[in-house]
Amino acid sequence: MGLLDHHKKIETHATLLLVLSFLVVTIGGIVQIVPLFYLDNTIEKVEGMRPYAPLEIAGREIYLREGCYTCHSQMIRPMRDEVERYGHYSLAAESMYDHPFQWGSKRTGPDLARLGGRYSDDWHVQHMINPRDVVPESIMPSYAYMLNRTLDRSDAEHVRDIMAVYRTLGHPYTEEMLDNAVGDFFAQADDFGDPGVVDRYPGAQQRNFDGQNQVTEMDAIIAYMQMLGTLVDFDTFVPVANR
Amino acid sequence: MWDYLKLAVLGVVVVVAAIAASMARDLPYLVHMLVIMLAAAITFVWQIRRAGEPVSAANPNEYMDGPVRFGVVATAFWGVVGFLVGVVIAFQLAWPDLNFQWAQGYLNFGRLRPLHTSAVIFAFGGNALIATAFYVVQRTSAARLWGGGLAWFVFWGYQIFIVMAATGYVLGSTQGNEYAEPEWLTDLWLTIVWVAFLAVYMGTVINRREPHIYVANWFYISFIVTVAMLHLVNNAAIPVSVFGSKSIPVWSGVQSAMIQWWYGHNAVGFFLTAGFLGMMYYFIPKQAERPVYSYKLSIMHFWALIFLYIWAGPHHLHYTALPDWAQTLGMTFSIMLWMPSWGGMINGLMTLSGAWDKLRTDPIIRMMVVAVGFYGMATFEGPMMSIKAVNSLSHYTDWTIGHVHSGALGWNGMITFGALYYLVPRLWQRERLYSLRLVSWHFWLATIGIVLYAASMWVTGIMEGLMWREVDAQGFLVNSFADTVAAKFPMYVVRGLGGVLFLLGAIIMCYNLWKTVTSTAERQPARAAAVPAE
Repeated sequence: MGLLDHHKKIETHATLLLVLSFLVVTIGGIVQIVPLFYLDNTIEKVEGMRPYAPLEIAGREIYLREGCYTCHSQMIRPMRDEVERYGHYSLAAESMYDHPFQWGSKRTGPDLARLGGRYSDDWHVQHMINPRDVVPESIMPSYAYMLNRTLDRSDAEHVRDIMAVYRTLGHPYTEEMLDNAVGDFFAQADDFGDPGVVDRYPGAQQRNFDGQNQVTEMDAIIAYMQMLGTLVDFDTFVPVANR
Repeated sequence: MWDYLKLAVLGVVVVVAAIAASMARDLPYLVHMLVIMLAAAITFVWQIRRAGEPVSAANPNEYMDGPVRFGVVATAFWGVVGFLVGVVIAFQLAWPDLNFQWAQGYLNFGRLRPLHTSAVIFAFGGNALIATAFYVVQRTSAARLWGGGLAWFVFWGYQIFIVMAATGYVLGSTQGNEYAEPEWLTDLWLTIVWVAFLAVYMGTVINRREPHIYVANWFYISFIVTVAMLHLVNNAAIPVSVFGSKSIPVWSGVQSAMIQWWYGHNAVGFFLTAGFLGMMYYFIPKQAERPVYSYKLSIMHFWALIFLYIWAGPHHLHYTALPDWAQTLGMTFSIMLWMPSWGGMINGLMTLSGAWDKLRTDPIIRMMVVAVGFYGMATFEGPMMSIKAVNSLSHYTDWTIGHVHSGALGWNGMITFGALYYLVPRLWQRERLYSLRLVSWHFWLATIGIVLYAASMWVTGIMEGLMWREVDAQGFLVNSFADTVAAKFPMYVVRGLGGVLFLLGAIIMCYNLWKTVTSTAERQPARAAAVPAE
């Protein structure tokens, strides 16, 4: 094995060993990751996708904070049983505004990619207070405390700051959306709120989600859950054949 | 002069952290700033008390084992904490009422699960890696740790990272990326500590008095440098405010998924494999008193392992919206990875040739051998599960959880326990361990615990995978999702019991190591005088 004799040069030279082993581990990542940023067919153009509305962002932040992704996926694979159980398989475009992605890796609970519109707001409130009241077999923890967590102006401003960061990362938030972010935050959880929020975020659902007067974390998480997977209209969606 | 500069810097850190704490926009940030302030203040007081005292220069011909001793204690401590949290969340899945009403915002499963994974991988595994790296690099290089007190900074800095990460999880500060949950402030701190770790390690290797760099060091070096790369790329994020814990990761959607599992799988590949192989290459030959089986095999499997591992990430994303070409690449390289993985296993196991009889008399070597056995088993199971057809069944199920635990408990846990039993008598100059009988107890409790764990997860994983896809003659789904949850209950109890056995074993180990330090005869000083290069 003549080749291996040359290894002596590497194993007697610390810097060479460091540099070579670093170069060797960079290759795989470069080949697999870099093309995803410029190959056109990585993310198809799909009608209906829009960035999140302010209250939905607050809901998504709660989803992350509580570690929902440790038990729920948001990625429907194209197998028969999954499409049957959860709906149309997930498209890459559907998570294009997710920093980071929430596809998950484990289904201790069911997939949530198309949860929106499946259950009523009341069902969600009951389910969050005590999941076993509506699904006896459930092992999900209770999240009743969200009903008492009132969201105030500073929470809305925090969401606006998040939107500003999203915009620097390339999300199509307009000046108008940022200016109205705080107002839209509260208007979306109000049955009689300013309808401008639905104009700015087509398909956003506007109503008092948890039935309480004040806007709470329960409103935000339900607003988020009720929009999951609803933005793309699959009656008109046609997959591109060459993908 | 140097001392005054240090004091000035520490003072500035205390003041800046105090100001930041008073401006905090959220609770996790406030807590983190208080932790930083407290740590800097304690170091400040400690510095000032010894300022002006004559400092005896460290003997460059002596090993620096202080940080290793502390690292051994930290490894045992965080191990028990991590296993305990694991047992708690295992039983939360069996009995959801253990998600207590009064602790809803803090101790629900979703918050404790990242605490468990980080505690065992980064706190237990990380401390084991840092401690053994510092021990092994000195012995195999015949040189004192480079950088003076820098090794102490690495140790304490890493503990601060752990405390920041753990408090963050419980208080709900998370990026939402599995195994990369800590937010930007904690990530930045870890980066500083990690660069110091690399500097101490490379400095010591460069100072070596042996012409050749021993194979264990190759693995440690590649582990340290690769983890640095993964950490920096996957955690690229923009803070929403410098006075808040929240940051927005730069990557989104498909790219975010690919980068996350490039990171995630190589946290397994480099943190839990390459680093621990470094451990194997030192402690198994020492404990067996035999040389490493094959030098050529170690060269080939080292380069093949680090080259192939980095490609395997996409097997976590089979059949998702990740492009097919990337999935196929991930699967292909995962299968190829089987070979260098078993190369390492063979090199470890065959090191015992001529010393197999020790399995009967030495429970420590038994532990190490079983660790390598589990390594071999997990690195066969992994490539198999990365085949798309198998993965279509196993993905999203408990099978994955079982696979991870046969690797983590069996390989990482057992080889670490073996290393701790090897290290403690030597680090505290004791003649022997307090009790080999207790090591045997630990061995059997841990082994049975792992078997219960892995077996119950195979059963639930394959069962739920089959139940999800079952359709009747008319083409309708047979089982609702809730049916599969209910069906898993008995196996969840078995899994929890397996965890209890593993935890009990670790507690017995802590007692045994404690008694070794406190009530075993001291080793005769004759051997401590001149330490030859090992």
